[in-house]
Amino acid sequence: MVKYIGKRIVYMMITLFLIVTFTFFLMKLIPGTPFTNASKLSETQLAIMKEKYGLNEPVPIQYMNYLLNILKGDLGVSFQFNNVEVTNILMDSLGPSMVLGFQAIVVGTVFGVVLGVISSLRRNTWVDYSATFVAVIGKSIPSFVFAGLLQYFVGLKLGWFPVAFWKGPEYSVLPTIALAMFPLATASRFVRTEMIEVLESDYITLAKAKGASWFEISFKHALRNALIPVATILGPLTVNLMTGSLVVEQIFGIPGIGEQFVKSIMVNDYPVIMGTTILYSVFFVVVILIVDLLYVIIDPRIRLAGGRV
Amino acid sequence: MEKVLEVKDLHISFHTLAGEVQAIRGVSFALHKGETLAIVGESGSGKSVTSKSIMRLLPQANAIIKKGNILFDGKDLIKLSEKQMQKIRGKDIAMIFQDPMTSLNPTMKVGKQIMEPILKHQKISKAEAKKRAIDLLKMVGITNAEIRFNQYPHQFSGGMRQRVVIAIALACKPKILIADEPTTALDVTIQAQILDLMKELQKKMDTSIIFITHDLGVVANVADRVAVMYAGKIVEIGTVDEVFYNPQHPYTWGLISSMPSLDAEDQELYAIPGTPPDLLHPPKGDAFAPRNQYAMKIDLEQEPPMFKVSETHFAATWLLHPDAPKVEPPEAVKRRQFQFSHEGGRIIG
Amino acid sequence: MSQTKMSKNMFEPIELNLAKSEEIAKPSLTFWQDAWRRFKKNKAAVVSLVIIGLLTMMSLIGPHLSGYGYDEQISQHANLPPRISMLENISWLPFDGELEKKNGDVYNAYEQKNVDVYYWFGTDSLGRDLFTRVWKGAQVSLYIALLAALIDMVIGVAYGMISGYFGGKVDNIMQRITEVLISIPNLVVVILMILMLKPGILSITIALTITGWVNMARVVRAQVLKLKNQEYVLAAKTLGASNKKIMVKHLLPNLTGVIIINTMFTIPNAIFFEAFLSFIGLGLQPPLASLGTLIDDGYKVLQLYPYQMLIPAVMISLIMICFNMVADGLRDAFDPKMRD
Repeated sequence: MVKYIGKRIVYMMITLFLIVTFTFFLMKLIPGTPFTNASKLSETQLAIMKEKYGLNEPVPIQYMNYLLNILKGDLGVSFQFNNVEVTNILMDSLGPSMVLGFQAIVVGTVFGVVLGVISSLRRNTWVDYSATFVAVIGKSIPSFVFAGLLQYFVGLKLGWFPVAFWKGPEYSVLPTIALAMFPLATASRFVRTEMIEVLESDYITLAKAKGASWFEISFKHALRNALIPVATILGPLTVNLMTGSLVVEQIFGIPGIGEQFVKSIMVNDYPVIMGTTILYSVFFVVVILIVDLLYVIIDPRIRLAGGRV
Repeated sequence: MEKVLEVKDLHISFHTLAGEVQAIRGVSFALHKGETLAIVGESGSGKSVTSKSIMRLLPQANAIIKKGNILFDGKDLIKLSEKQMQKIRGKDIAMIFQDPMTSLNPTMKVGKQIMEPILKHQKISKAEAKKRAIDLLKMVGITNAEIRFNQYPHQFSGGMRQRVVIAIALACKPKILIADEPTTALDVTIQAQILDLMKELQKKMDTSIIFITHDLGVVANVADRVAVMYAGKIVEIGTVDEVFYNPQHPYTWGLISSMPSLDAEDQELYAIPGTPPDLLHPPKGDAFAPRNQYAMKIDLEQEPPMFKVSETHFAATWLLHPDAPKVEPPEAVKRRQFQFSHEGGRIIG
Repeated sequence: MSQTKMSKNMFEPIELNLAKSEEIAKPSLTFWQDAWRRFKKNKAAVVSLVIIGLLTMMSLIGPHLSGYGYDEQISQHANLPPRISMLENISWLPFDGELEKKNGDVYNAYEQKNVDVYYWFGTDSLGRDLFTRVWKGAQVSLYIALLAALIDMVIGVAYGMISGYFGGKVDNIMQRITEVLISIPNLVVVILMILMLKPGILSITIALTITGWVNMARVVRAQVLKLKNQEYVLAAKTLGASNKKIMVKHLLPNLTGVIIINTMFTIPNAIFFEAFLSFIGLGLQPPLASLGTLIDDGYKVLQLYPYQMLIPAVMISLIMICFNMVADGLRDAFDPKMRD
C-alpha cells in the first residue's frame, strides 16, 4: 500500500516536471512578447523591459532560473499587472473557483446518484425514461451553452437569480447549475448501470431468499456495492469541471482562475499563464491521486489485498 | 411419512420478447419429512425454475404462475403476498445456490450476513445473534470461527464460502432446504466434504432437502428419492434404488446409459442424440419423442400420463401402457435391472 | 389429459430421423448482422443516426440553398430575426420576423428596415445570412471532428495494438508514457498548442489529436490483451503466422467494435472542444464560421437578438445528442452484456 502511494507520487512529480518544461518552451515559441500590445515603446525602453524580466538571457538559463524559482515557491511576477506576484494573483482568484467547483461536483454527484438509483429501481417506467432523457441532455449539451441559456432564460427573462459577478451565495446558483449538469448526467447513468448489474447478482437473490424486504435489499445490500465504483468517475468529472469553469466563469463574470487564465492568454502574460497551468496540473494530478486512493480504501476487496495488485 | 411440501400440477410460463416460453408444464411431487428428494435433468429442463418457484423467487416482471398449488404448512404458497413470503423465506424454507463465489455480498462481513436472517426472523439480541452465528460457523466446520466472523467473503476459499452459505441457510432451522446445484462449482474432493456436511446436518436438524443436480453420482450419494425432469415435466419419480436399477422411461435409460461404469467392457460412451425442445413452441405429444429410439405413433399425438410402477415409483411413458410392445432397454440398463431383480426388487417386464 | 380412443395401432414404433433433431432451427447470423439487428431495436439510436445523416447532408448542401455566401455582408440587413414565408403567420413559432425590444414591445424588424427578402435563420450583426453560416458552421465543426477522430483512431489503434500485443518491456514503457500523458490536463495542452500554432482548422485538429489518441490506445490495448490469449491467436501462431499478420488479419477485425464505439464518442468530444475554443476566442477566426464562433458571436448579443445564439446552440446540441445516442446504441449492440 505504501509502495503504491510512493510510486504514484513519483509519477506525479515526473508529470509535473514534464508539464512545466513543456509549458515553458511552448511559451517561448509563442510569437510576440507581452509588450507588443502595450503602447509603442522605444527601442531602449524595450531593451530595459526585457532586461528587467530576464528575457535577454539565453533560453536554457531562463529555464533553469524558472525551475529554481518554482521550487522556492516563486512563480514570478505578472507582466500585465506591474510587479504583482503571480502567486498573489492566483491566490486571489482561487477562492471563487474552488467554491464553484466544489458546489458543482457535490450537487452534480448527489443528485446524479439519487436520479440513478431511482431510475434503476423503477426500470423501464416513465420515471426511468425521463431520467434517461435528462441524462442525455446533460451529457451532450456543452456547459457553456447551458450557461448562456440559463443566463438568458432564468436570469434575465425570469429574473430569479443574478446573472453576473460574485457578491453572495445567490450569485453562485446559476453557474453551479450550469457546471453541475455534466456530472449529474454522467453519475446518474453510471449509478443506474451499476445498480442494475448489482440487483441481478446472485447475492441479491440470496438476500431475498433470506427473507429480506425490498427496502433492505436495495439499500443495505445493493446500494453500497453500486456506489463504490462511483469513485472511479470522480476523477474525470473533476477534470471536466476545470474545463467547464473556464467558460462559465467568463459568462457569469466570476473572478476565478479560469477568467484569469483566459485574460492572460489574451495579453501574453507568460508568468501568469505558466503559473495557472502549473496550478491546474498540480490540482488535477492530486485530485486523481486522492480519488484513486479513495477507491482503494472503500472497497474492502482491494483494501485488504494491500492496494492495487 | 408425513408430507412437508406438496406441489400440485404446477404450470409456469415466461413472457419473453420472442413470446411465451412454457417452462414448467404440469409438475407434481411431494416432499416428506426428513427425506432428501433429488431433482435431476438437463439444463433447461425446469429444475431450477421449480425450486425458485417454491420460494417465489422468480422475476415478477416476466414469470407467470399459470396454474397449480404449492402446499406448505397448511397454506398455498402461490396465494401468499410478498410480505407473507418474506416471513417464510430464510425461516421455514431456505435456499442455497450454485456459485459460492457470487452468492455472498462482497462488501459485507460474513458474520453480518449470517446474522441477517437470525435478526430478521427471531427476536433475540444482537449479542445473542452473534453467538449463534459463530456457533453456526463452527457447526459447518469453519475453524477460528470468532476471527472468521469479521472477515469478508473474498478471504474464504470456494468450499468454505459454500459452508458459510449453508450456515446462513440453516440459521433459523428451516423445515425445508432447497439446494440448487450446491456442489457443481466445486472441486470433486470439496464436493464430497460439502455433501457429507449436508447429510450430517440434515440428520441433526431433521430438515427435508430438495437437491437439484444434473450429476447422477451425487444423487446416488445423498438422495432418498429422485425425480427426473425433462422439458418442464417430471418424467419419472421413485426411490433412488427404483430409478437407478429399474428405470422405465427412455430418457432415464439414456441418462443411466451415459454414466461411465466400471464394470462395462470397453464400449462407446452413450450420448442421447439431439437437444431438448424449444419451449416457445412445446411439441405435441411426448416432448422426448424426437430423441427417443423407442418412440411410438402415440408419442407424437398425446402426452403420456404417469403410470404406476410401484407404490413409490411412477413413470410417464406410453411404454408402460398395456397395449405397448415389450422393448429391450439398453445394455447398461439391462445389467442394472438384473442386479435389481436379484436383490429383491420387482421388474415390470 | 383427454382420453381419446386409442387404437392398438397407435403403439406401433415409428422411424425416427435422429439427425433432424440436431438441425439448427434459426438461420445463423454474422457478427455484424447480429449487431445491426440489436442496434435497430434501439429506436432512439436509429432516429439519431437518421438525424445525423440529415444534418450531414444539410451541412453540405445547406450553404448553397439560400443563395448567399457565408461571408457576404449586407449591412442594411443586419440583425434580422428568422422569417420563413410559409411559417410566418403561425404566431407561436419563432419564424415571423418579430423582435422584442427591451421594454417588451414587439415589432417586425423586416418592416422596420424595409426588407423584402426572407432570411430563414435571420442575419447577424454584419448582415450575413445565418442560414448559410449555420450550415457552413456545422460543416466545419463536423469536418474538424471527423478529422480529429480519424487521426485519433490511427494513432491510438496502432499504439494500443503494439503495446498490448507485444507486452513485456515494450508495453511497460508505452504504458508509463500514456500514464503521464493522461495526467496532463487536456485543456491546457490544447490551449497552449493553439497559442503556438495560431488558430486555424488544421491547428485545431492537431491540438485535439495530441492528447485525444490516448483514450483510444487504452481501450484498444485492453481489448487486445483480452483477445491475444484466445485460442485462435495461438492457433494462428502455431501455423506460422507472422506477428504483423496476426495483428492485422485476426486482431484488427475483432477490434472494430471497440474502435467504432470509441470513435463515435470522440466525435462529440471534438465538436465540444472546438466550440469551446472558439467560444474563448482561440478557435477559427472570422469570417470563417464554426458552430462555436457562431455561439460566441450570438452570445454577445444574447439579450437583444437571442436567436443568433439559440439557433447554433440548438444545432450543436442536436449533433452532440445524436452522436452520443448512436454511440450508446452501438455499444449496446456490440456488447450485449452491457445492456440495460
